[in-house]
Amino acid sequence: MAKSLFDKIWEAHVVKAAPGGLDIVYIDRHLIHEVTSPQAFDELEARELPLFRPSRILATADHNVPTRNQHLPIEEPLSRSQVDTLTANCAKYGVELYGLGHQRQGIVHVIGPELGLTLPGTTIVCGDSHTSTHGAFGAVAFGIGTSQVAQVMATQCLLLSRPKRMRITVDGALRPGVTAKDLILYIIAQLGTGGATGYFVEYAGSAVRSLSMEGRMTVCNMSIEMGARGGLIAPDETTFAYVQGRPYAPKEAAWEQAVAYWQTLYSDEDTVFDAEHRFDAAAIAPMITYGTNPGMGIALNGHIPSEVPASEAESFDKSLQYMGFQRGESLLGKQIDYVFIGSCTNSRIEDLRAVAAYVQGKQKARHVEAIIVPGSKQVEQQARAEGLDKILADAGFELREPGCSACLAMNEDKIPAGAYCVATSNRNFEGRQGPGSRTLLASPLVAAITAVQGKIVDITQYLN
Amino acid sequence: MEKFQTLYSAAVPLPLENIDTDQIIPARFLKATTREGFGENLFCDWRRNPDGSFKPDFVLNDPRFSGQILLAGKNFGCGSSREHAAWALYDAGFRVVISSYFADIFRGNALNTGLLPLQVSDAELARLFALVEEDAHVQFVVNLREQTLHVPATGEVIRFDLDPYKKECLINGYDDIDYLVSQKPAIEAYEQNRTWSW
Repeated sequence: MAKSLFDKIWEAHVVKAAPGGLDIVYIDRHLIHEVTSPQAFDELEARELPLFRPSRILATADHNVPTRNQHLPIEEPLSRSQVDTLTANCAKYGVELYGLGHQRQGIVHVIGPELGLTLPGTTIVCGDSHTSTHGAFGAVAFGIGTSQVAQVMATQCLLLSRPKRMRITVDGALRPGVTAKDLILYIIAQLGTGGATGYFVEYAGSAVRSLSMEGRMTVCNMSIEMGARGGLIAPDETTFAYVQGRPYAPKEAAWEQAVAYWQTLYSDEDTVFDAEHRFDAAAIAPMITYGTNPGMGIALNGHIPSEVPASEAESFDKSLQYMGFQRGESLLGKQIDYVFIGSCTNSRIEDLRAVAAYVQGKQKARHVEAIIVPGSKQVEQQARAEGLDKILADAGFELREPGCSACLAMNEDKIPAGAYCVATSNRNFEGRQGPGSRTLLASPLVAAITAVQGKIVDITQYLN
Repeated sequence: MEKFQTLYSAAVPLPLENIDTDQIIPARFLKATTREGFGENLFCDWRRNPDGSFKPDFVLNDPRFSGQILLAGKNFGCGSSREHAAWALYDAGFRVVISSYFADIFRGNALNTGLLPLQVSDAELARLFALVEEDAHVQFVVNLREQTLHVPATGEVIRFDLDPYKKECLINGYDDIDYLVSQKPAIEAYEQNRTWSW
C-alpha cells in the first residue's frame, strides 16, 4: 500500500502498539533548554528514575539568556537561576550541554541542524512548539510539554496517537522579493491559525523543492502557527549536501548507508492524504501580519479585511483594537519603531546575508531601533568572518549575541507597550514581545527595508 | 496526578477565539523551576493593569462569575508548548476547560496535568455561552465516566468524546510515565533490533 513520508518514519519508530489505539513511539533525539526542562528533571528525581539514554539528549541555554555581555554572569536573578539549574541537572545526569559562552550554543532549533544532529528519518522532540523546524530534513519533529519531556527522559519514548496527514503543494516560481517566510505566512493566512490542527503536514511541490535548507526550516518552523503537530519535507540532494560533514552526521560507510535509506523517504505516488491543499507560488506577494495571530496576514500592498464571519467579529475587532488598526485599512505608510531580526524562524546566516546585502551603504531610519540576534554562536562567527557585522553596524543595526531574545521577551529584550515592531519571528500574539507590544511578522528582507524606510512600504519598489 | 471526580460547578465564560498560551501565562512568568504558583499570573495581562491592579471588566475579576469550569472560544490553547499554561489553569482552581476546539499540544498537556479539555460542537458551545449569560450561577455536572456534561436546570445533556486510555488515566490519576516505564523491556528490544544507529 502506498505510504506517506510521515507514515514511513512513524512506523519505523513504533516500539509496539499500546492500549486505546495509541503507539509507543521511540524518540531518536531529545533537545532540551532551560525553561521547560527543570520540572521534568524534578519528576525523575521524585520518582527515583534514572535518565534512560543520556546520549540521545542535547541541552542548550537559549530562551532566557541575555544577548549582550554573555561572558558576564546573568544579571536577572530568576533567569540566572534557571540557566544554573539546567547546568546542574546536565552535570548530574550526564547530558551534553552547550551552555552560554560555548562555541556551539544557540537557539535549540538552529544548533540541531547546524551540528548535524537533525537527520532525515529521525524522530526529534523538544519542549518547544517550534521543534517542527527540524521537519525540513524529512524528520518527524514536534513540540512537547514538560510531562512528556520527563517521559522521554525516563524511557526515550512517548505514548502517541497518530495524527492525520495533510499535504500542501506549492508549485511554480516565487517572485522577486518573495521568500520562504512569505510562502509560509501566505499558507497560514489561507488556512487560518487552527487550519491544520490534528494534522502532520508535508510540504511538497517545485516551489518548496527549490528552497535552500534554511528556507525549508523557515517553512516547517511555522507549521505550528496553523495548529499542525509538525511539518516535514522529503529529503533530497539539497538535504544531503547540507548534512554531510557536520559534526554529528554519519561518516564514511555509515554515511553511505544512511543516504541509501534516506533516499527511500518520500510519499509514494498513490498516497492518499486526509487533506490536500495546492497553491501557486506566483500568486504569493511579500507578506506582513496586521493582527494578533499569525493567520492574520496580508500582502504588503493589500488591505486588512473589512468583513469577517459574525462568530469571529469580537475576536477580530479586539485584535485590531490592540494593534491600533481599522478594518479595511492599508498598512502602507505606517511608522515603525523597532525592527527585530532573529528567532528560530529567521536568524540563520542566509537571513543575515539578505539583510546585509540590502542595507549595505544605507542607513536605518533615525527613529527605528534595529536589533539583529543571530541564531547561534556559529552564525554570529560566520557573520563576523564575512564582515556582515561591519556592514550592519555602518547601517545602524546592532548585532547581538545568540538567543531567543525579543521573539518571546523572556530576557531583557522587550518592545515597549504601544510600540510597533516588524519582526522576523513567528508569533504576533498580544504582549508576545513584551506587555502591550505590537508585532508585525515579516521576512528578513521586508524587515531590513522597513528599518531603512522607517515605515511600511511596498518593498517591490525598493529592491536593490 | 490527582484523580478526576465528577464535577459540579458553575462556569466562567471567556468567549474569545484562538486564546493562545502566551495569554494564559505570559513568557516572562516561565522562569520558575517548579510547577506551583502559576495560577497567580493566569491571564495576567488581561486580568491586571501594568501597575498590578485588577481590571474590573475582565471576567476573572467579575464577582458574578466563579467555578472550576472555564468556557472558552474555539481553538483554545494555540501557540507555545508551555505546559505552564495547563498548570496555571489548574493552580487557579480550574478542572475543566470547555471549548469547541483545542490546540493539540495544549490538549495533551491538560490531560497530563489532570485538567479535562472538554470538546463540544460550535453550536453546543454557543448554547453554553447563552446559558451562562442568562444565569451566571447556572450549574453544570461533568461526569467523566459517562462522558456527559449535564445542565440540571434545563435537563440538557451533552455527550463528549475522549480517548478511552486518557479517560482511565484521569479517573485513576495515572500518568503516561508509569505505563512507559513498565514497557522498558520492549523499548530495549526495539533498540537492539534497529538496523541503524545514528
